[in-house]
Amino acid sequence: MSAAPIEGRVVRLGDDVDTDVLLPGAYLNVTDPAELGRHLLEGYDPEVAARVQAGDVVVAGRNMGCGSSREHAVLALRARGVQAVVAESFARIFLRNCLNLGLPAVEHPAAARALADGERVRIDLGAGTVEGERGRWELPPQPPFLTELLRDGGLVPWVRRRLHAHDRER
Amino acid sequence: MSAPRTMTAKILAAHGLEELTPGAFGLARVDRVLVNDVSGAVAIRELARMGAERVFDPGRVACVADHFWPAKDARSAEHVARLRAFAEAQGIEAYFEAGATPTAGIEHAVIAEAGLVRPGDLLVGGDSHTCTAGALGALGIGVGSTDLAAAMALGELWLRVPETTAVRFRGTPGPYATGKDLILALLGRIGVDGATYQALELSGPAIDALDVDGRLAVCNMAVEAGAKSGLVAADAATIAWLAPRLEDPSSLAPLAPDDGAAYEHEVEVDVDGMGPLVARPPSPGDVRPVDELGEAVRVDQVYVGNCANGMISDLRQLVDVVGGRRVAPGVRLIVVPATQEVHRQAVAEGLVEALLDAGAMVSPPTCGACFGGHMGVLAAGETAVATTNRNFRGRMGHRDSRVFLANAYVAGAAAVAGELVHPSEVVG
Repeated sequence: MSAAPIEGRVVRLGDDVDTDVLLPGAYLNVTDPAELGRHLLEGYDPEVAARVQAGDVVVAGRNMGCGSSREHAVLALRARGVQAVVAESFARIFLRNCLNLGLPAVEHPAAARALADGERVRIDLGAGTVEGERGRWELPPQPPFLTELLRDGGLVPWVRRRLHAHDRER
Repeated sequence: MSAPRTMTAKILAAHGLEELTPGAFGLARVDRVLVNDVSGAVAIRELARMGAERVFDPGRVACVADHFWPAKDARSAEHVARLRAFAEAQGIEAYFEAGATPTAGIEHAVIAEAGLVRPGDLLVGGDSHTCTAGALGALGIGVGSTDLAAAMALGELWLRVPETTAVRFRGTPGPYATGKDLILALLGRIGVDGATYQALELSGPAIDALDVDGRLAVCNMAVEAGAKSGLVAADAATIAWLAPRLEDPSSLAPLAPDDGAAYEHEVEVDVDGMGPLVARPPSPGDVRPVDELGEAVRVDQVYVGNCANGMISDLRQLVDVVGGRRVAPGVRLIVVPATQEVHRQAVAEGLVEALLDAGAMVSPPTCGACFGGHMGVLAAGETAVATTNRNFRGRMGHRDSRVFLANAYVAGAAAVAGELVHPSEVVG
């Protein structure tokens, strides 16, 4: 089984976008995703923050999501309806958080460099391709574990399945 | 006879990882799961969604109220109340809340002090600075809340085997250079994504010479280079620091890489004669010697504290500079001992009195303003010097405020001089 292709408008960010600018620390006592979503990118640039719309694909440069482990940043992206994040490279905890929450995170330096603000992008994880207005890129094969995690819909269902398996063994 | 191994490989192998080739995926058993009021608020919810009624082993979970503690507002108070109730319901004895439990403070410092981190351990924490545990020879891995919930449910963490990098510091640093300056030197050298996904193993005579507090400062900022973990060898100094903190210290053993262990990458950093350094905003990787900034940096606030630089050594360094002097007019000095134990020791040594005499404010232990939470947040246009670990845009408050990262000597000198100067200019 593979997920349906994603199509959306690119919102372009720079290098080293840290999780503090994605979701400022002042809001870490918030857990409601909708409320977190309203503060997405507040520390980055209010103009960019205001124009993120449901269905968009965030494209960033190097070291996307560096810094704090706050899952709140990914909850905020999801709550605002961001469909996927493409980057030249990801900071590791942010990448884990995306994978665990089932938000597609695509690491592809050439695609991330080429995709421009406002253009349409199509991501087909099943076929392993990213297509923009000026190029089409092949994604390297995904490790089987990550395919399994994505197929389950993230880490919560993955753990639930393992706990059920443990119960059956008992 | 097996091939010589790195410390990271030894720890991963001892926790169930069979395939140790970088890039391989596997499940690791965890010795300790570290939960705070921020990551815990989401993790407790996710744990319920996973259908897990009990944590895998209440003796292996530690819960710490530190980010918005003492409670900043009603919402923060509710999160801590939920964490407290969770610990009680699950039978988690390692619960730390300043004012309520015998010892408490910022999570990474408090679990080290409480003897919950041992050489060779694998620790998962819902906080990026969980790598601080590397100072005691433990593999500390920072994760988000859903990972944290999974670790609490299963006692396991999925992971990708990291490439391992040997970082060797050469030479002897000069006066006023500390553990903080070693890690800043590395960050200046390799940048904020210079070690992404990698496990760092840091060594050299300058590391060996550090006390445990200095090593905490080094390992704390491994994540600022993108690393998964930052480890130093556990030696006699480690064992001597830990032994009185454990009920049964007999099982404590040193940890070091085998001779001839193969690393994927090697980095040498020459720190011979190096003076104190500063990371300029908005990047922990924009590092310069404090006396080569090329501009006068006036400061509004000096903040000494955080999970690794509010230790007793940091407070002693601070008092070496500000003791018997006064904080400059227009500057505020906020000092945050990392734990109640550090605070108590600082009182006993007369450090708190010296700080109060200098005009400083001494805070209860909290993550506080380090992440822009509370207790010293910056206004627009303000500049701070902080012994913390991040100076991203808006990190300590308004997005148009600035943070320069430095050690406690430099912080003290900035408090007295009102600007960033070399500590020798104040001490003479």
